[in-house]
Amino acid sequence: MAPKPALTIFNSTHKNLDAKMIDFGGWDMPIHYGSQLSEHLHTRVDASLFDVSHMAVVDCFGSEVVDFLDLLLANNIHKLASPGRGFYTCMLNDSGGIIDDLIVYRLADRYRLVINASTAVDDLLWMRQLAAKFNHLEIVPRRADLEGCLAPEVLLAVQGPNALLALSAAFPALATECKELNYFHGKFLNTALGNIFLARTGYTGEDGFEISVPSEQGLALWSCLMTQYHTLMPAGLGARDTLRIEAGYNLYGQDMNHDTSPLDCGLAWTVDLKSARNFIGKHALLKRGQVSEFLGLVLLDKGILRSHQKVFTPMGDGEISSGTYSPSIEKSIGLAQLPMGQVLGSTVQVKIRDQLLNAVLVKPQFVRRGHILV
Amino acid sequence: MSIPHNLHYAPTHEWCLANDDGSYSVGITQHAQDALGDIVFIELPKLGQKVTVKAACAVVESVKAASDIYAPVSGEVVAINENLSQSPESINSAPYASWFFKIAPSHPAEVNDLLDSAAYASSIGE
Repeated sequence: MAPKPALTIFNSTHKNLDAKMIDFGGWDMPIHYGSQLSEHLHTRVDASLFDVSHMAVVDCFGSEVVDFLDLLLANNIHKLASPGRGFYTCMLNDSGGIIDDLIVYRLADRYRLVINASTAVDDLLWMRQLAAKFNHLEIVPRRADLEGCLAPEVLLAVQGPNALLALSAAFPALATECKELNYFHGKFLNTALGNIFLARTGYTGEDGFEISVPSEQGLALWSCLMTQYHTLMPAGLGARDTLRIEAGYNLYGQDMNHDTSPLDCGLAWTVDLKSARNFIGKHALLKRGQVSEFLGLVLLDKGILRSHQKVFTPMGDGEISSGTYSPSIEKSIGLAQLPMGQVLGSTVQVKIRDQLLNAVLVKPQFVRRGHILV
Repeated sequence: MSIPHNLHYAPTHEWCLANDDGSYSVGITQHAQDALGDIVFIELPKLGQKVTVKAACAVVESVKAASDIYAPVSGEVVAINENLSQSPESINSAPYASWFFKIAPSHPAEVNDLLDSAAYASSIGE
């Protein structure tokens, strides 16, 4: 029997809103609150509230933290030149496969990592194994179920072109600070709900914030946001998935896993192969090089692209890793790993059940900031 | 949720309506559309296609996933609902008015193997 799924502190909030719940990586999460399509479209024109507390915040402290992250992360931690900056990157295994993708922020007294839900336990094992080589390093997860958790926090995301309006309504005294927070920056702010961590980032391709608060303030934050900004609508993981596919963002476990090189799934830009630094997986990446291109597909014929469908190109066969109906474009779109040498704009064939359907190759970014790019 | 009494039901969540001309209209139940979520695409069988009971003969796709539609009886497809292809969202709003296709049954007695509304209701825990 499958173990009982874990619950975020917002579980009964979702159920009171009549959410349809699903098991997502061992977590009982809302897939939608009535209509995935309307939640998706609302996020593109206004602002939506997502419970992302299944993801885990991990703080790293100590005088050796930079050396530790230099080994752990594929991107160059020294690029975070001042507190408040963050970037997206991967931690790799010795073969160059992706253990997890994450965002790391440099803060005044720590580095803060935000890692995926279903990988969090393995990530921590990996991090602690590596940390054993360091004497002045402390790793503190903030998700309550994780070993060694102190002062647990929960995560909410406010996403959409009006995300700033929603934040400003909830925290009027901090409106300027919210406005001036640059994309991929994060900071702690003192509020009536205590010390909250606010980061300007997201997984939708729109403006947005991810907010982490002490667990005991989580429900208060949810209702503060919902009551202070009247058109904020809760959105589920279904809309989160179609929004991130339109934005061209990878999903761990779907577009990549521990066997996938970041070079083959469109994440070469998150890997620093230029500097002399020596991170875990670097040798394997250099040895193997890039063997696949990660591209977008727009289906020209009628049907829906889905993961694992086979793609036939003049350069050989590939596979779709994420596919869906795009609510913004009203066509089916997908992300695929294809043999090298593809030509953008050319037509390829996708096998859907017993049919071969035509799709056009595009850059893996379909919608950004409300604009359709394909 | 009310389950119409005049229909027959397959355990795979298709409904089946006996038409006056002896054919059967086929659609999916309220329970099925609710589980699927927003429906965005359907693939219908071809006119004249022979279908076999319990074999997949159409596909319904929501934003989430694709699901097969199984023929509730064997026979020949004598009508397909092209309008439904143009507005698949009506399956969500009116599942029992949204017929996918009609079958002229080759073994009309197969309909007796389907569930009545009470049996279907209990099979989905209602």
